[in-house]
Amino acid sequence: MSILINKKTKLIVQGITGRDGAFHAGKMQSYGTHVVGGVSPGKGGQHMNGIPIFNTVKEAREATGATASVIFVPAPFAADAILEASFAGIELVVAITEGVPVQDMIRVMPFVRQNGTKLIGPNCPGLITPEECLIGILPGNIFMKGNIGLMSRSGTLTYEVVNLLTENKMGQTTCVGIGGDPVAGLYYQELLQMYEDDPATKAVVLIGEIGGDAEEQAARFIREKMTKPVVAFIAGQTAPPGKRMGHAGAIISSGSGTAEEKIKAFNEAGVPVAKEPSQIPGLLKEILK
Amino acid sequence: MKIHEYQARDLFKKYGIPVPDGIVCHSVEEAEALVPDDNQLRVVKAQVHVGGRGKAGGVKLAKNKAEAVENAIRILGMDIKGYKVEKVLIANAVDIDKEFYIGLINDRNTRSVTLMASAEGGVEIEEVAKDSPEKIIKMSIDPVAGLMDWQAREVAFRLFSDINHVRAAVDIFKKLYKLYQDTDSTLAEINPLVITTQNEIKAIDGKMNFDDNAIYRQPDILAMRDVTEDEQKEIDANEKGLSYIKLDGTIGCMVNGAGLAMATMDMIKLYGGEPANFLDIGGSSNPQKVVDAMNILLGDKNVKAVMINIFGGITRCDDVARGLISALEQIKTKIPIVVRLSGTNAKEGLELLKATGLPTVSTMSEAALKAIELSKK
Repeated sequence: MSILINKKTKLIVQGITGRDGAFHAGKMQSYGTHVVGGVSPGKGGQHMNGIPIFNTVKEAREATGATASVIFVPAPFAADAILEASFAGIELVVAITEGVPVQDMIRVMPFVRQNGTKLIGPNCPGLITPEECLIGILPGNIFMKGNIGLMSRSGTLTYEVVNLLTENKMGQTTCVGIGGDPVAGLYYQELLQMYEDDPATKAVVLIGEIGGDAEEQAARFIREKMTKPVVAFIAGQTAPPGKRMGHAGAIISSGSGTAEEKIKAFNEAGVPVAKEPSQIPGLLKEILK
Repeated sequence: MKIHEYQARDLFKKYGIPVPDGIVCHSVEEAEALVPDDNQLRVVKAQVHVGGRGKAGGVKLAKNKAEAVENAIRILGMDIKGYKVEKVLIANAVDIDKEFYIGLINDRNTRSVTLMASAEGGVEIEEVAKDSPEKIIKMSIDPVAGLMDWQAREVAFRLFSDINHVRAAVDIFKKLYKLYQDTDSTLAEINPLVITTQNEIKAIDGKMNFDDNAIYRQPDILAMRDVTEDEQKEIDANEKGLSYIKLDGTIGCMVNGAGLAMATMDMIKLYGGEPANFLDIGGSSNPQKVVDAMNILLGDKNVKAVMINIFGGITRCDDVARGLISALEQIKTKIPIVVRLSGTNAKEGLELLKATGLPTVSTMSEAALKAIELSKK
């Protein structure tokens, strides 16, 4: 079992003829993901690596029965791409694009909610159920099938942690990069609930960052609703206040969203917080005893 | 992106939000020439991108022209928390009866814009928010419907008892929201919004921030950009596809990915070192990026050692190694460099680096320890 995606997932790629879209469509295909179509307005009818291209998401969905979409279109057009997928009835939309204006995302959210679309991202590396399905730009080779769920606001830090887990023979059910933007789709709580409901997941790793209060809310959710153990790590513990560290999300202002507050919230929820990534496998072993 | 108070005032004026008359001066001569020779009470305010100006002596009252010019002399050139004052706003002072706080902000939790208001306006608003959050009224704005009249009224009725003030406030809330949306703002504050003793409503001070992701479609806002030297370095780095923030430590860091870069800084500190910067080279392994990044790191005189931490996902470690080799051919340096390569093609990358004699390690912890050790030599 897994969450969100599995070997039955049928994926289309929005922006498949762009440089990144084309490259990663190939990568996902070779990992074993069913890439059933691509969308590129004006290039309908063509093919790429045997993948049929359509002008609209609606056509692509009707012709292929796609259940998920991954978005590689440039930032100014990303919000519209999300809406197109949502209105075409795609269940899971994963937006990889970075640099999407916040107001665009705020305008998108009510429709995503109304249509019941599960959105991940934008500005995220995607998600993977090892040996079944990879959506996004994650390096498939470092993942291993197993019983740990993992979710994270960052990309390479996720790979760092996954690599440590895999080296310690701790495989994963599904790993989700939720992205670092201030306004994004699925967040910790929704995913924690899915891991809680997934019989294969035995424990969850949460990789957070400074800024906002999503980690504090996750801690509250864990305390009140989760029966499965969770281990956390917070990046940016030493970042100076008021500075933006690359991610729009990773900003501390007026004394809120600090690592200290987040760690305190996790500790109060009984969630051990690793001081550095290499402690995570050990903490997991301890709580899984 | 941030703008100055006087620029926020200009935007308020353009959108019909009432502000007291004022002028901006870049020099004492300008103040001499522009301030009318009368006995109008004015306030001279430093224009810098940092809070706490008043406490630092950057805001002063003036009873006439001579005093205004005198204060301009005192404030121009002043250093406020590391920011040099290059402009002052000289605005007509008003007799304040009551102060209010009005703000718009993107709210992560509701995934919408939230209107905030308080009858406890003024410089202590952050303390009010912290100590008595119930005194901050919050109204979430539906992005499709916009700020509805009834919402604006509901907030205004909790601040004012006079129906004329309520009407004026509703008008200001709606105009501020329009400005916020039109300019891809991420924060718009009027603090304080005041009722004067003449029973007028006016925006005395304003602050606006804008979404860097949307700046491509906001040329008028971009034209207002005014940055310090350090900020300029960060912007230059950004244009090269690097995300750079200068800090005060001695260990220069080059990392791929923002989260991993922060975790690297944390680790250096955890082991007793001090990071000199945050530097994210992003996803691509373009050798030129590595050259640019090395130039930035070695341009910082405080740097005593460099730690390169790459986890190859899509980025291939052998590409990074090639970039590093060509960077070191172009830049001769005696600063020690520790390289950690892991993930995609790490073996090949480490093999390539053997010829350079650079110390290479395979984990983050080893790299941090080694860099700290070398920085102390």
